[in-house]
Amino acid sequence: MIPVQHFLLLGALLFSLGVYGVLSRRNAVLIILSVELMLQAVNINLVAFAVYLAPDEFVGLIFALFVIAVAAAEVGLALAIALRLFRNRTTANVDEVDSLRW
Amino acid sequence: MTGVGEVAAFWILATITVGSAVVVALVRDLVRAVVALVGSFLGVAGLFILLSAEFLAVVQVLIYAGAISILMVFAIALTPRSARDNAETAMRWLALALALAMVGLLIAVATVTEWGPQAKEGFQETASAIGEALLNRYVLPFEVASVLLLAAMLGAVVMVRED
Amino acid sequence: MVAELFQQYVGVVVATVAGFVLVGAALFANRLLAPRQATRAKGLTYECGMLPIGRGRLQIHFRYYLFAILFLVFDIEAVFLFPWALSFLDVGAMAFYEMLLFIIALGFGLYYAWRKGVLQWR
Repeated sequence: MIPVQHFLLLGALLFSLGVYGVLSRRNAVLIILSVELMLQAVNINLVAFAVYLAPDEFVGLIFALFVIAVAAAEVGLALAIALRLFRNRTTANVDEVDSLRW
Repeated sequence: MTGVGEVAAFWILATITVGSAVVVALVRDLVRAVVALVGSFLGVAGLFILLSAEFLAVVQVLIYAGAISILMVFAIALTPRSARDNAETAMRWLALALALAMVGLLIAVATVTEWGPQAKEGFQETASAIGEALLNRYVLPFEVASVLLLAAMLGAVVMVRED
Repeated sequence: MVAELFQQYVGVVVATVAGFVLVGAALFANRLLAPRQATRAKGLTYECGMLPIGRGRLQIHFRYYLFAILFLVFDIEAVFLFPWALSFLDVGAMAFYEMLLFIIALGFGLYYAWRKGVLQWR
């Protein structure tokens, strides 16, 4: 049997890769991709906890289901914002959008 | 005997997932990043099966690998110039340091903590049990999810409208 | 439990590996057997006929993104519908109204998109 720590370590790796991607990327679409990686990591942790530590309840699985639904809504809206940005400014790079900065 | 197969399956799936994630975090070509992300999604679906959460694995393939990746391909096709000049920002090394610190912290927490009794064998996931929980105990989040999806739809229509 | 589960997915693993091996073997055989002589005429888009004008990449119109979003939202509805259908008889009449509320909320979004002319194929 695989100990639960293995899944937690995998989740930690995925989450950190997502953090690196979000912080170092310039392109809005690539940032959204990295956010998805972080959500994957969270889902792995939730399901692993649900299966190993509370097998009688389905809390973790239901949380993971809601995470997936919310992630879908988030991706749809975030990409729509990126498209709007590209249409108005002909760039998808977030560091070129600095009108509100002073 | 099956223990060996289980462990081997875990390591293969973990390699696929993390390897694809590394590609997503590093590659500059948008289409390659999306294809690698789909590989990562499928690896996670395999891990869900390994955790005997089969319904979630199906959902993962259906929503993530099926629908969300299509949305991302659309977004790439609609932002044609964005494939160029998307090098990393100047914060790259700071981001790397932060990510390394985070992975160190998370691994330390995961290994140090005493997780208590781990009973995987008794776990049996069924979609009908999930449905029952959704309709009884978690009915409010369930309805709120519909409102959230409605908001996402309306927002996208407003955002992408012609003018 | 885990052993049974593993037995069920042996077929999936075999099919996946076989798929990769088949495609890889086909590509490898192609590289091995096909003659390669690069000439200038071969690199053209049309070997005879007009020269292509413009770029090869087609710009899809903006509005098709909304079809993708509607597909995604109703995909999620299907995901929630499946466990609902399985536990429908156990939960009883409440389940019907709860799902009705869910579908009405999403249906309102579809109606809004319809009224805004998103669904027209232009």
